[in-house]
Amino acid sequence: MQEVAMPANNPEMALICLLIPLLPFIGFLINGLGNRKLPVGLAGFIGSATVFTSFLLSLYLFFSFNGQPYLTDIFNWVSVGNLQIPISFQIDQLSLIMLLLVTGVGFVIHVYSVGYMHHDENFGKFFAFLNLFIFSMLLLVMGSNYVLMFFGWEGVGLCSYLLIGFWNKNQNYNNAAKKAFIMNRIGDLGFLLGIFLIFNTFESVSYAEVFSKATQMPNLLNAPVIVTITLLLFVGAMGKSAQLPLYTWLPDAMAGPTPVSALIHAATMVTAGIYMVLRSNVLYSLAPDTLHVIAIIGLITAVFAATIGLAQNDIKKVLAYSTVSQLGYMFLALGVTAYTSSMFHVLTHAFFKALLFLGAGSVIHAMSGEQDIRMMGGLRKKLPITFLTFLIGTLAISGIPPFAGFFSKDELLAHVWEHSKIMWAFGVFASFMTAFYMFRLLYLTFFGSFRGTEEQRHHLHESPASMTLPLIILAILSTIGGFMGIPAVFGAHHYLADFLSPVFNNARIANPSMFEAAELSHSTEYILMAISVGVAVLAIIVAYVTYVKKRTVPADEDTRLSPLHNLIYHKYYIDEIYNALIVRPIMWLSTNVYRFVEQSIIDPVVNGFGKTVLGGGRSLRLLQTGDIGFYIFAMVLSIALIILLNFRFW
Amino acid sequence: MDQIPEVIRTIPLNYYLFFSTALFVIGVTGVLTRRNAIVIFMCIELMLNAVNLLLTAFSAYRSDANAQVFVFFIMAVAAAEVCVGLAIIVMIYRNIRSTDINILNNLKW
Repeated sequence: MQEVAMPANNPEMALICLLIPLLPFIGFLINGLGNRKLPVGLAGFIGSATVFTSFLLSLYLFFSFNGQPYLTDIFNWVSVGNLQIPISFQIDQLSLIMLLLVTGVGFVIHVYSVGYMHHDENFGKFFAFLNLFIFSMLLLVMGSNYVLMFFGWEGVGLCSYLLIGFWNKNQNYNNAAKKAFIMNRIGDLGFLLGIFLIFNTFESVSYAEVFSKATQMPNLLNAPVIVTITLLLFVGAMGKSAQLPLYTWLPDAMAGPTPVSALIHAATMVTAGIYMVLRSNVLYSLAPDTLHVIAIIGLITAVFAATIGLAQNDIKKVLAYSTVSQLGYMFLALGVTAYTSSMFHVLTHAFFKALLFLGAGSVIHAMSGEQDIRMMGGLRKKLPITFLTFLIGTLAISGIPPFAGFFSKDELLAHVWEHSKIMWAFGVFASFMTAFYMFRLLYLTFFGSFRGTEEQRHHLHESPASMTLPLIILAILSTIGGFMGIPAVFGAHHYLADFLSPVFNNARIANPSMFEAAELSHSTEYILMAISVGVAVLAIIVAYVTYVKKRTVPADEDTRLSPLHNLIYHKYYIDEIYNALIVRPIMWLSTNVYRFVEQSIIDPVVNGFGKTVLGGGRSLRLLQTGDIGFYIFAMVLSIALIILLNFRFW
Repeated sequence: MDQIPEVIRTIPLNYYLFFSTALFVIGVTGVLTRRNAIVIFMCIELMLNAVNLLLTAFSAYRSDANAQVFVFFIMAVAAAEVCVGLAIIVMIYRNIRSTDINILNNLKW
């Protein structure tokens, strides 16, 4: 059994734990309050330095961690009846890794933003929001109870809204921000209900208590209550981590500045759902039924989003659907109880997806805002660093060894193979599509001849160092990141699995059968690897032939496409379906409620009160005659009345 | 009722009651009907005295000194009130050469 997390008796530790989220918050305050007064350089420096310091502190925590999870209580936040919600941080293997990821990749993205947002008039505001985002995410990751996690959860939701709609002069961008916010609220309702049910069942919301009670309670395996809890929590994860059917906000979220897309997609918000499921691994292990649902939804999302990615022409949209698809993979891994593999993929994905987004940002920067890959081409020569790093990111996400994505995706697929062969086949199919659309993107952007305007051609330039440096750092991470989890078949050490293993101790006790490892024979494992690499290489070749040899360029907006192509190009019309099924009826309902209830019932009633008081005042005013005799008469009469009333003659 | 002095007993309590009621009613009527501010003031004094008389009478009949303390308070307050009130009335008289309350209606809406 995992040792119940002990309070850290070391005040120094408590201070460090407090400082990690507090520093970005201070950065937010400084940048937010001094938005217009701070010089641009200082705002960028404060924004990045606070996150960097948090990263250093997280590193310190990581290296001084002795394998024993601990809690640091900051103060008691809510205390009602038997509900105790302290502001308290739990430092264990899972939160440490997430801490490093959030602050590390977050810092790199901050540095990148300094270059990318340089010309923006609201530079300080942007950094304030970024810092607030990091702060919320850190709370989410470090909190020792579900309520604190929910607090951070809502915080990143708010910040995503602020950041996606950062260029709020464009109404489309505002709509995208609202969409992200509202879609997330749908999921959050599920999460919130899940927390209520947890409290109702375990009479606590703190992880340590809930999980130890969950392991001790009898007959909990697949009990309706545990299945309901886990399903409700998963609804929250579906919203935040963009799973079917709540994924449509994420591609639209591309409206925000590119560093925001990178931050949301890579290291923070969208992985929150995975983190939450991982954190609740005890509960999920007790609910195999829920895990089936998760695996199926994850797989469908992975395949579904990958097909959409095949036909998108916006450089960021392709990456967005790729994120949805990769998140599907992660949930698929969670669903087959390959918790570590899922976390592994979260990590490597954070590296290469941040890299890809930032690379796309660099391209967009060079193309002065152009995002359509049909207008690009041949950028290889002009943007050598961007091209090389983007290539590494593409190789990594396609699963080509020895880049990071290969290890995580391969491990993930091996676990899926153990679970179900059909699921594995679909997973490999999605992996084929991933490699194809990523290389399609790469070839169309960087190979061939330039297809943009003359003006853009002259403008082309490599990005400044503040942007290329993060690209290089992330490229290195994407290259070597996979070595933290080398599969056993290569005779090497799986550091990540060893490190994370204690997190799942409770789950092992709660449901031992789930963790009985079905050892794959080495030959099977080699074959699986060969297949996934072969599939990826095949996809690359197909893409090469299509887009480089034959110089195919995706059709213009007004050409007629084949029905299937058309369907995919329009993202299966999911947005339109949602619009017709949900948005329109709600709009119709609210317009009519406004017209009939608000305007003809509530408005007259409220205005009636005001008018009555006004009229009453106007008539009562006439009593003030100034006639003393009348005043005295009124007084005597009133006194007589009071006396009479006191005697109660009736 | 043994301790009540003979002198007081010669007049029954009811007489005091009737008398002070009469005084009070005269006061009220005066306040309501007269127009001269000074007379109204006097009528108020009349009402206060009616109450004082009643308090004293009951106090004497019940051999309880508490009420007489109230009487002193009422007297003190009445004296203070008259001071202020008369001063105001004098000022009003100096300004408009009259103490008729029907003229004093400048403070209306």
